[in-house]
Amino acid sequence: MGNRTIVPFGPQHPVLPEPIHLDLVLEDETVVEAIPRIGYIHRGLEKLVEKRDYQQYCYVAERICGICSFMHGMGYCMSIERIMDVEVPERGEFLRTIWAELSRLHSHLLWLGLLADAFGFESLFMQSWKLREQVLDIFEETTGGRVIFSVCDIGGVRKDISSETLMKIRTVLTEMEKELKETTSVFINDTTVKLRTKGVGVLTKQMAFDLGAVGPMARASGIEMDMRTQGYSAYGKLDFKPITNDGGDCYARTRVRIKEMFQSIDLIRQCIDKIPGGDINVKVKGTPNGEQFIRLEQPRGEVVYYTKANGTKFLDRVRVRTPTFANLPALLETLKNCSLADVPILILTIDPCISCTER
Amino acid sequence: MNLNVVKKSPWILHYDGTSCNGCDIEVLACLTPLYDVERFGIINTGNPKHADILLITGSVNEQNIPVVKQLYEQMPEPKAVVAVGICATSGGIFAECYNVAGGVDKVIPVDVYVPGCAARPESIIDGVVKALDILAEKKKAMPKKRIGEK
Amino acid sequence: MKEQILKEISPNDLLTEIMKIKNDGYRLVAISCTNKNGMELTYSFDKDYELLNIRLITDTETELPSISILYPYSFLYENEIKELFGVKITGIIPDFNDNLYKIPVKTPFGVNE
Repeated sequence: MGNRTIVPFGPQHPVLPEPIHLDLVLEDETVVEAIPRIGYIHRGLEKLVEKRDYQQYCYVAERICGICSFMHGMGYCMSIERIMDVEVPERGEFLRTIWAELSRLHSHLLWLGLLADAFGFESLFMQSWKLREQVLDIFEETTGGRVIFSVCDIGGVRKDISSETLMKIRTVLTEMEKELKETTSVFINDTTVKLRTKGVGVLTKQMAFDLGAVGPMARASGIEMDMRTQGYSAYGKLDFKPITNDGGDCYARTRVRIKEMFQSIDLIRQCIDKIPGGDINVKVKGTPNGEQFIRLEQPRGEVVYYTKANGTKFLDRVRVRTPTFANLPALLETLKNCSLADVPILILTIDPCISCTER
Repeated sequence: MNLNVVKKSPWILHYDGTSCNGCDIEVLACLTPLYDVERFGIINTGNPKHADILLITGSVNEQNIPVVKQLYEQMPEPKAVVAVGICATSGGIFAECYNVAGGVDKVIPVDVYVPGCAARPESIIDGVVKALDILAEKKKAMPKKRIGEK
Repeated sequence: MKEQILKEISPNDLLTEIMKIKNDGYRLVAISCTNKNGMELTYSFDKDYELLNIRLITDTETELPSISILYPYSFLYENEIKELFGVKITGIIPDFNDNLYKIPVKTPFGVNE
């Protein structure tokens, strides 16, 4: 038995833009156990429902996380709509789906860049983020914001996308797809990249289930789980299949996310083809009364929204269970028996979003 | 050593307070090809002892106050602090949350405030450029002795 | 989307009920706590996209067993609820002893504060 040492990891660490703290118990170079310490970003915004009414809270929900901001707003709005029996016009649903898939595209590109940065492939990081800027340009043109759009509202969306702009989005995405193929082929084929990701942090199908993993983390271990198949918003009218991989290692998770980016582009194309005309939102009157669980598929996995209303303007409770919260136990398990040098990559492959997790 | 070097090539340390990530990813976006702050000689470093400018996104809370203070103290003089985004300035939309103490200036002196939710890369770059002048002034005000001597 | 099932149980039946659910092959989705007119705990489970919710009404006095022996990854939820709402959950593995978030205001949040 080697010497036991404890190495603190974070809260300020070059690999992660966000603070999380792990106490890594090492035996020589091998991690025996990882003890998390969270709470650096805990704001307590679930309790803010007591001070903001249900329509104002939409802005708060969007700021749970700046990366999947649109889908947080969408999840919250959907839960209120379900309680109040509001039917969102079809065009509104399609627009939501377009923005949601664009968000997934930008989030996965962001993640690819950070992964490349974690294993020291600087130019690949730059390439991924350069591609991502094209998605952000679409956001800016259609919503006015690059990161947080405030375009989702209870009852629909606030802004329409004209058919010329939709055509333009199509052209941009077609061009981007080519570049994306080139960039992502490095992640799939490059020997040095494969050396860092293949066989690292293996999570078997059974382990993934036993640890309650969600999203790409579960799909890369062979569990077919994708909330989009439940057909919320406009997904019921689109044709797609969840992407899975049996590898269970960092390489498999990278492949799943890369395939999902192409899937997102395809879904946006389908939306542009099928989008109907008509209204984009309905006026919402009255106050909600009742409770509802809503589950969506975010870039990082399944998110659960629980809202409970009491018939007044102020809700009793909003509870968000974010994907990273569900993936943390799986991360802690994969960290066991890995080498210290692999820790940053392992933390990154769950695509952690700490500000979601701690709310 | 001539500290003009600092003005030509300031190194940045980025710390995320309780930010929602919106400003963080914009800070990172500044480094990438479209905005490319490296053309100003700006590099993002992970080591506070290498840094001249501290960029903080998000507000402070009980648990990260010691971290922010420690990072600030570890940075060598002269140094400047840029609060990026409305949360770092005043707490923003989260100001009323029970675990938000308020803007970064409650803990350490802030030199430049960058507005926005999320702050745009252009304004972040502008904030950093403003911080450069402040750095130069601070350097002038420093006693004429070599760095590292007490 | 498939229907959501909500089942109310008494705190004493918690472990037997959850044992049954585990044997049926459900995955724990979330544990949520609402503190308005009484403490309300909801355990949500998923199997083939079907959401099953187990609800129990409790208070800050009653001791509640942890389900971390059945679902080891429930520890994060249970630590959070214990710290923020003051539900006496016993036997969480690992127990952070109300130090998960380390917040400055007094917890648990009282009823009707």
